[in-house]
This record gives sequence, C-alpha cells and structure tokens, in this order.
Amino acid sequence: MQEPSIRTYTKSKLFISYGAVLLLLCFAVALGISVGSIPIPLFRVIQIVGAKLFHHPVPSSIDTSMVNIVMAIRFPRVVLAMLVGCALGLSGTAFQGLLKNPLADPYTLGVSSGSALGAVIVLFFGIHLPLLGNFTLPVVSIITGFLTLIGVIYFARLVQRNLSVETIILAGVLCSSFLGAITSLLIALTGDELRQIIGWLLGSVSMRGWEYVQLIAPFLAAGLMILLASARELNALSFGQQDARSIGVDVKKHTSLVLFGASLLTGSAVAVSGTIGFVGLVIPHMARMIWGVDHRHLLPLSMMLGGVFMVLVDLLARTIIAPTELPIGVLTAIIGSPIFAVIFIRYRRKKVTT
Amino acid sequence: MINVQQLSGGYDGKKIVDDLSFSVEKGEITGIIGPNGSGKTTLMKMINGALPFQSGEVLIKDKPISSYSAKELARIIAVLPQHAESSFDFTVREVVALGRYPFYKGLLKHSTARDEEMVENSMKFTGVEEFADKSIQLLSGGERQRVLLAKALAQEPEILLLDEPTNHLDLAYQMKLMDLLKDWVEGCQLTVVAILHDLNIASLYCDQVLLLDEGKIQAIGKPGDIMESRRLQSVYKTNLSRQEHPQKPKPLIALVPRQQEEQKDLSDIVLEATPETMIFRSPFSLRTMSSAVIGGGYQWADTFVNRHVDKNYNVDDARKEFEDYLHSNSVNPNDTVGMMTAARLQDAGMVSVEEKGIKLLVASTVGTSNAVDAGRSWEREDQPMPIGTINIWIFMEGRLTDEAFVQAMMTATEAKAGALRDYDIKDPVTGTPATGTSTDSICIAATQNGEEMRYAGTITPAGKAIGKAVCQTIGTAIENYRKRMQT
Repeated sequence: MQEPSIRTYTKSKLFISYGAVLLLLCFAVALGISVGSIPIPLFRVIQIVGAKLFHHPVPSSIDTSMVNIVMAIRFPRVVLAMLVGCALGLSGTAFQGLLKNPLADPYTLGVSSGSALGAVIVLFFGIHLPLLGNFTLPVVSIITGFLTLIGVIYFARLVQRNLSVETIILAGVLCSSFLGAITSLLIALTGDELRQIIGWLLGSVSMRGWEYVQLIAPFLAAGLMILLASARELNALSFGQQDARSIGVDVKKHTSLVLFGASLLTGSAVAVSGTIGFVGLVIPHMARMIWGVDHRHLLPLSMMLGGVFMVLVDLLARTIIAPTELPIGVLTAIIGSPIFAVIFIRYRRKKVTT
Repeated sequence: MINVQQLSGGYDGKKIVDDLSFSVEKGEITGIIGPNGSGKTTLMKMINGALPFQSGEVLIKDKPISSYSAKELARIIAVLPQHAESSFDFTVREVVALGRYPFYKGLLKHSTARDEEMVENSMKFTGVEEFADKSIQLLSGGERQRVLLAKALAQEPEILLLDEPTNHLDLAYQMKLMDLLKDWVEGCQLTVVAILHDLNIASLYCDQVLLLDEGKIQAIGKPGDIMESRRLQSVYKTNLSRQEHPQKPKPLIALVPRQQEEQKDLSDIVLEATPETMIFRSPFSLRTMSSAVIGGGYQWADTFVNRHVDKNYNVDDARKEFEDYLHSNSVNPNDTVGMMTAARLQDAGMVSVEEKGIKLLVASTVGTSNAVDAGRSWEREDQPMPIGTINIWIFMEGRLTDEAFVQAMMTATEAKAGALRDYDIKDPVTGTPATGTSTDSICIAATQNGEEMRYAGTITPAGKAIGKAVCQTIGTAIENYRKRMQT
C-alpha cells in the first residue's frame, strides 16, 4: 500500500513544507505559553513575546505579573521543550538513516540511558569540571552517551556481523537495563530524595529556566550542522555501507560524524530534560511519510516537527491531570510504545513479503 | 584498464583467492564464472576496493587502487550490487541521483545542471523514467535492477562491476540487460567485469571469461577457447555438455541430468503401415539427423512418418500442410521426423541386421523416375521439383557422435549410389549412371545408449552394416517396383 505523501521536491513544494512546519511551530509555542493554571489569551502572549523579542516596551495595559509568568516561567519552559524535541527528532532521524533501522532512536539504542547515567553522576555528586563550568552536565552526558553508543554497536556487531534491525535494538535494550540499574544503584547509595530523582529520570522540562535553554542550544546548533553536512551521505548509507562506498562515500568519516552529531544532540537533550523516549522514533516516521526520505530536507523538517510534538506533549503533560504534572517521558512512552509496535509489525511484514 | 597482479586475500586472515593475475582491456566484457565459494565475490570486492587484500596489487588505469580516494575511485568504477535494499522508500529519482555523489563539490555538495541532466539521461537509457517519482520498494525485481543500473550509469564510470546482474530477472530482462550493457560497452568504450552464474550468458556476451575454482584461475580466455565440457565438468562437478550456438560462433553449455541407463531395444519399434503412410513408433526417443520436411537437422524423435502423396502434390507451404496432416492423425510433429514420397509404400524394402554387436533397422522406399547423376545435374534445366523419391530410414543402437552421424549419412548415400548402379538406373537426360533422384531424403536415428561409436565410415563395422543394409533395401524396393509394373 502506498502511503499518502508529497514526494517530489519541487522548489515551491519545499517552500510550502518548510513554511507550514515553521508556522505550526510558532503556533504550538504560542499555545504552550498561553495554556496553564492562569490562562493567558493568545493575543496577549503574542504581544508580550513580540515586544520582548524586538526590545519594545510591553504595552502598559498588561499586568507585570503576567509578563513575568510568560517570560520567566512559560516561555523558557516551552522553548526548552521545543529544543529538546528538535534534538531528539534530529538524532532519531540520523540514527535511523545511518543504521538502516526504522526502530532506532536514542532511547531504544540505549544512548539516553548512557547519557542519563552521566547526568546523574554530575548532578548528584555535584561534579564541576574545570573550564566547563555549567557545561559539565551536557558535556559529560554527551560523552557517556557516545561511549554507550559505541558499546552497543560494537556488541551488536559481535553478535551479528551485518547489524540487523532486531540485533541492534536488543543490544540497546540490554545496555539500557544495565545502565539503568547502575543509575538506580547510585541513587540508592546516595540516599537522596528518590521522588525528585525519579521524576527527573522520567523526563521533564519544568522549572528549568533560561539557564537550561542556554545549555542545550549550542549543542543543537552544532549537531544540526554536523548532520546536515552528512545528509547526502546518510541517503547513500541507508542502502548499506558497501553500496555507499562504491559511490565514493568516505564511510568511516561520515559514520563517525553522524554518530558524533547524534550523540551531541541526545546527550545535551538528556542533560537538560532527563530521558524522554520514543520522540526520536516517532518523529522521523511521521516526517518520512509526509516528505519522503531525502535527508537533506528530512533532517531539518523532522527537527522542527520534533519541536512541535514536544511542545504539544509538554502542554498535555501539565494540563491533563492539573494541578499535578505528569512527567513528560511518561506521556511520550504512552504515545510512543504502541507506535513502536505498529512500526515493528509493518517492518517485519514488509520484510517477509519482499 | 584493470591489472591484477598476484592477488591474494580473503576474510579474517583466511585466504579465499590465491595468487591471481590477469588483466582486463578497455571496452571489453569480462565474465567471472565458477562454482559457489570459488572466490568470485571476494575477487570483485578487492577490485572495487571494498576489501583490502593480503598481498599482490590491483592497478586501475596503471595506478595502484590504494592511491585513489573513495571519490576518485567512484568516478572510475561503478558497482551494480546483487541487491541493494533500504528500509526506507526512496523514490527512483533519489536513488539514481545518489550516483552523482562523487561529482558534488564543496561542503554543501550542491548539484549542478549537468548532474540533473545525467540523472534524467540515465533514467531514460534504462527505461525507468516513467516511474521516476515512485518508491523503489513498489517496483518489481527487474525494475529495481534497472534503477540500480541507472544509478551506476549516472556515475559516468569507465569501469562497471556487476555481481550476478541477471539474478532474479526473467529471461527477457536478462537478455535486455545484457544487450543494454553490450551497446554501452561498444558505444562508450566502457569496461565491464561481471560475475555470472549463467554459463550461456557468459558465453554469449563476454569477450573474455575467467574461470575460478577454489580461489585459483582455472582458465582465462575467449569463451570458445576455455569453455570446454571436460574442464567445466571438473570445476562444477556436474554433467555438462558443450554444443555450438545455432546462430553465433559461441559455445552453449547444456546441463545433463543424472539418469538411469534406459533400456532401448530396436525390436520394440513397431511399424504401422497403410498405403498412405508407414509410421515407425518407438517407445523411447532416438536422436536423429535427417533432411526430412518435419524434424530436419539434429533432433530427438519417437515417431517416424513416411507419407505417400500424389506425384502432382504441390503445396506452397509443404511443412505447414504436413504438420496439419500429422495433427489430424494424432501425431505430435514436435517428436516426429516426417518425409514425403510419391513412391508406392508397399514396394518398400526393409531389413533388420543384428551381427558383430551392431543392431540396425533400415527401410527404404524407392521411385526412380527422377533419377539423376549428381555430378552432372547442372546440365538439367531448372524445373519444378517433383516430389522426393528415395527415402532411407536407418535406425541403430549405440551412442553416435556428431561425426558418426555425418559418416553414417555418407556411407548410406554412397551405398544408395552403388545400388542404383547395380540395377543399371540411368539419368535420362545425360544417359550416365544415376547416383540418386532429384529430391531424396535420409534419416539416421540412434538410441544414444550403450557403446560410443565415434565413426561410421565404411571401415567400421557400423559403416559396413549400414552400407550393406541400405544397398539391400534399395535393391528390394526396386525389384518390388519392377515386379509390380510387370504384372
């Protein structure tokens, strides 16, 4: 069965695609700021954010407490959610393309767990590496995530040379459980307040502020650049390394680049928001269904789509059982796991028929 | 173009190909053949730089392959893989565009107008432009193969490497693909190296064939020179037999299935005779060589029809008429050798011989009204050809070589001429002794089991038996005819 899709990349269609996603992103952000325990009308949101962005004085008719809620609490939270979504969407697309694996994402590959372990070590032991300052947290997360990824791939290769879809996911699950257990052990040993830590592990973007936005933003930018520079190679690599090699792709270089770029994104996302699963799995599939497989456009488009998704999920997480907030990772898992199942079934069926 | 010198290599330190040396010239198709596990794919991988080798050297355009970067190499060599699968549905155009990868420049790798043009051209050339925007996963195996070929073409390579390109393709696509390659090789001076499973494709399309066995070169050269039955049999450990292609000066390799030696006894052949036809029916097939209207040339047949027709029989398409006639008599023309004669069938001479290990059944029908001295037949005016009149049927037990068939025919023909001389039959135009009549026919049918007979000339027991039997039957037929005319 053919999926509904717009496949031909004529210039005008591309323009429409990017325009539509950007518009959707703006709308989601505005909606995310507007909804909450104190509802703020959309129009006011636009007024306040617009004024602040362009350094105009906020109209005097607006209450300063409202301005504070928007600028100090809601806006940074929504932006953080957006950036985390962007990072996860991007890294998921990169992993899936590189490993030719429709089930890959930072969470199923175990990278998130690796990053989380790193983050827990930094957060709960209060480590500050010299020179890095606040960036100790994302940098350590990225490094532990990257090492986990290398470990998973190396292990999967030991099991089965050609890195089949199922093997690599199994290796990821194995690593995930192991690292998760280590993380729990560390937490138990420190004897800190468990509820807070578990809440963090399940993923959340609440009460982080602009500080955390600054932590993730540079890594997102760097990751995007690195991946975009390997977009054509990702296209080639999704036909297999040998095939990519035969058309002149420097396989080693670009595989390392993509793995590194995706680890940057995953690690920094985990550092600021904990482990949020399945975003990197679902988003690339949606994006491919809508826009096709060419990574030159798939990467930026799924990044923005990830942003939209995350902002909306965060909105849902804090409103669905208000005043209590649901950890965002719980919600993404509830949405994501069934989709994972569907993708898996369809993948296996397709493989059997071809 | 490609120069392989003392190349050895394999996986995990194991040696799969061992000390290979050969070269491939520009503008030629080289086929690599050999049984499974003989190292074909390993060799191919080493030629395209995908697998490092243990020792030796591969020179591409006189430079070591290691001196090229991946991109430089991709501008010279394109590879058509056995199958390329992606988990995602790329469109055909996107796949073909991948072939332009080695030509993109700069960090952003922008495509130029020339890139677009090459993509369109190569899609057109392989006939896939009609599904340019379709997902590659929706295509059939043959269509997919053509898309991959288009991708390789878009690379504008000087060398194309193919790994079993005709796998998964039906017969028509196989031929189309190979014809396409051949055109391309001739038109653009492309050099092709292909792993081929099908020995006949290799024979028909390759300028050079390399036969690999257990990692070593068994033979390399023109298909006609190296594809010998005995060599192939020992490499493939299978019963193969080499024939010649009917229309091309190339060998054809036929597979011979294992079979039980069938009991084939000439005495099981039965004759059904009516004034209109004499039909020999055999429970087994015989290999035949004949000049008959139906089933002429080399054939296998189990039914042999000698049909009487009126001496004024004149049909434009005699073969078609005869086939229809056989059908209406419930005889399958495909398993039949069929001749016509105006002579009376009841005059036929027939003899069965069994001596000195030779078993023979010979039947002849004779009419001498058009007797001709072959050496002087040129003196005759061209005239409408009256229907054939001496038909000789020879059935024999034994495994005859092609040479033996020809000699059997010579022997029989000479014996026929001898018989006519014995009965003093003259060419009415020249007045000289006749050697036959104007439209004679002959069929030699052999059981092809038992003892091999390499020759059947008059020096051999078989030849002697044939000569004697033919002479006898023709004599009997003439006597019968004369007797009937007297009464």
